[in-house]
Amino acid sequence: MKVAVCVKQIPDPADPGELDIETKTLKRDVKLILDESDSYGVEMALQLVGEDGEVVLVSMVPNNERNGLNNALAMGADSAVLVSDDALAGTDALGTAKVLAAAIRRIEPDLVLAATESSDGYTGTVPEQIAELLELPSVTFAKEVSIADGSVSVKRQTEEGYDEVSCPLPALVSVTAGVVEPRYPSFKGIMAAKSKPVEELTISDLGIDSSQVGWSGGGQEIVSIEPAPEREAGEVIEDEGDGHERIIAFLEELKVI
Amino acid sequence: MGTIWVHAETQDGQVSSITLELLAKARELGDVVAVHAGNDAEAAAAELGAHGASRVLSAGDLDGGLVGPALASAMAGVVDSEAPSAILFGTTYGGRDVAGRLSVKLDAPVITNVVDLIDDGGLVGVEPVFGGTTNVRTRFTSDKPGIFLVRPKSFTAESIDGGPAEVSEIPIPDLGNSGAAKITSQFVEESDGPKLDEAAIVVSGGRGLGEAEKFHLVEDLAAKLGGAAGASRAIVDAGWVPYSYQVGQTGKVVKPDVYIAAGISGATQHMVGMKGSKTIIAINKDPEAPIFSIADLGIIGDVHKVLPALLEALEG
Repeated sequence: MKVAVCVKQIPDPADPGELDIETKTLKRDVKLILDESDSYGVEMALQLVGEDGEVVLVSMVPNNERNGLNNALAMGADSAVLVSDDALAGTDALGTAKVLAAAIRRIEPDLVLAATESSDGYTGTVPEQIAELLELPSVTFAKEVSIADGSVSVKRQTEEGYDEVSCPLPALVSVTAGVVEPRYPSFKGIMAAKSKPVEELTISDLGIDSSQVGWSGGGQEIVSIEPAPEREAGEVIEDEGDGHERIIAFLEELKVI
Repeated sequence: MGTIWVHAETQDGQVSSITLELLAKARELGDVVAVHAGNDAEAAAAELGAHGASRVLSAGDLDGGLVGPALASAMAGVVDSEAPSAILFGTTYGGRDVAGRLSVKLDAPVITNVVDLIDDGGLVGVEPVFGGTTNVRTRFTSDKPGIFLVRPKSFTAESIDGGPAEVSEIPIPDLGNSGAAKITSQFVEESDGPKLDEAAIVVSGGRGLGEAEKFHLVEDLAAKLGGAAGASRAIVDAGWVPYSYQVGQTGKVVKPDVYIAAGISGATQHMVGMKGSKTIIAINKDPEAPIFSIADLGIIGDVHKVLPALLEALEG
């Protein structure tokens, strides 16, 4: 059993930086970390493959960054494929999916796992785009995943509740946050991560032309970036045992109660 | 703007609220055609027509298959002959799947998280970033149909009493391996109150509740006010409540009349999902909590004291 997990390295959401108005990209001079959303996929993969399976990480960055990848390796993933290329700066979701799909094709996994969306870009389309590019069946928004007899069973979140979905492998599954409890890397894991294989590839290694990625590959352009209208703060009071009364008075004023 | 396709999501002939919202905007922009999958197109045709769709292109019953690959293939099959200039999807579990698959089939990008659409020669999508503090406007540069994923509650649904839409079938091509996932059973989660993204009142809880067992305070208050309970990402990640409760950028976007945030500090990821609420009440111990900067009424206090007192007072 071989599982490929898509992981993204993002600026720390606690300090997300800002948009560079000149280049219309995120200023990425801050250190990148593993997207917390992806830690669920890594943990899920580790649990599904057990002792004798293999977990391979797949990631792309414009700048060789490895910090977040190392974190996922320290959790227990066996190896990683890192597509790193200057040409990737400004790549949109579809271009990202093309790069990741090409990298995954080399790995030939039984299962591809991804988060439902990244915490910084949150387009939420990349997993399904990867599945379509690889001509794989897919189950998105999984809240429970199990594998038996060459197929994956998923409880898939719906607007009304959930669907139970069965899908033959190979397949792609995107997992929601909270689906498993991601482990913290142990000291041993952190040390071991340093010697795990990380294959670095450029887009030309994957047979992808630079016209398909980056700014030119997007097929879309930013027209403007502007501050959104601000919402004003109202009254803030200290609770001195009467906080609930203030809320009730306010709700009555609004004719809610 | 020519023809605008709207992904119509239905349940037993009933059209979803996000679809009605999209129809309201689409009919300002051009001729509206609803694109649909399921066996209830005829049943939904009257409501779709009343909200401005002249036609429904339905892929019909999916025979247990998932909507993503099936409807995307069916749409791709008729996109040349129907020639829509834009294709609007709601940001839903199904809508995102279809949009993603279709984007690959057409080799066309998707503009996501859209909260407004502006006809400026071409169609421009407005997307909030950084917790809604900044708006980015994006347009397509190719002549392919523009695929937009639109956030719920971006537009106001309104019937214009149009006649029933004319239904025609669109074939689903052979999906091969891509269509191999099958739904074996469906579960509806019982909920007494209104849906989170449709409720007039939402009460959400966060880390400040201290432990999962205290979330019932939030649920009790929501029930008492006839509203829905929600949650911050922090406590969803911690496994206290399911993902379906999550309010925020990566969860549901809500715009209720009243939003009560209990023990939520107000990370940008949360604020983008609720700052469109008409009125916001926040209870938090930390006077520096960012949530207070957007609250109409802020109570600096302990949720473990304020919520029980509130419940008791409402009881009386």
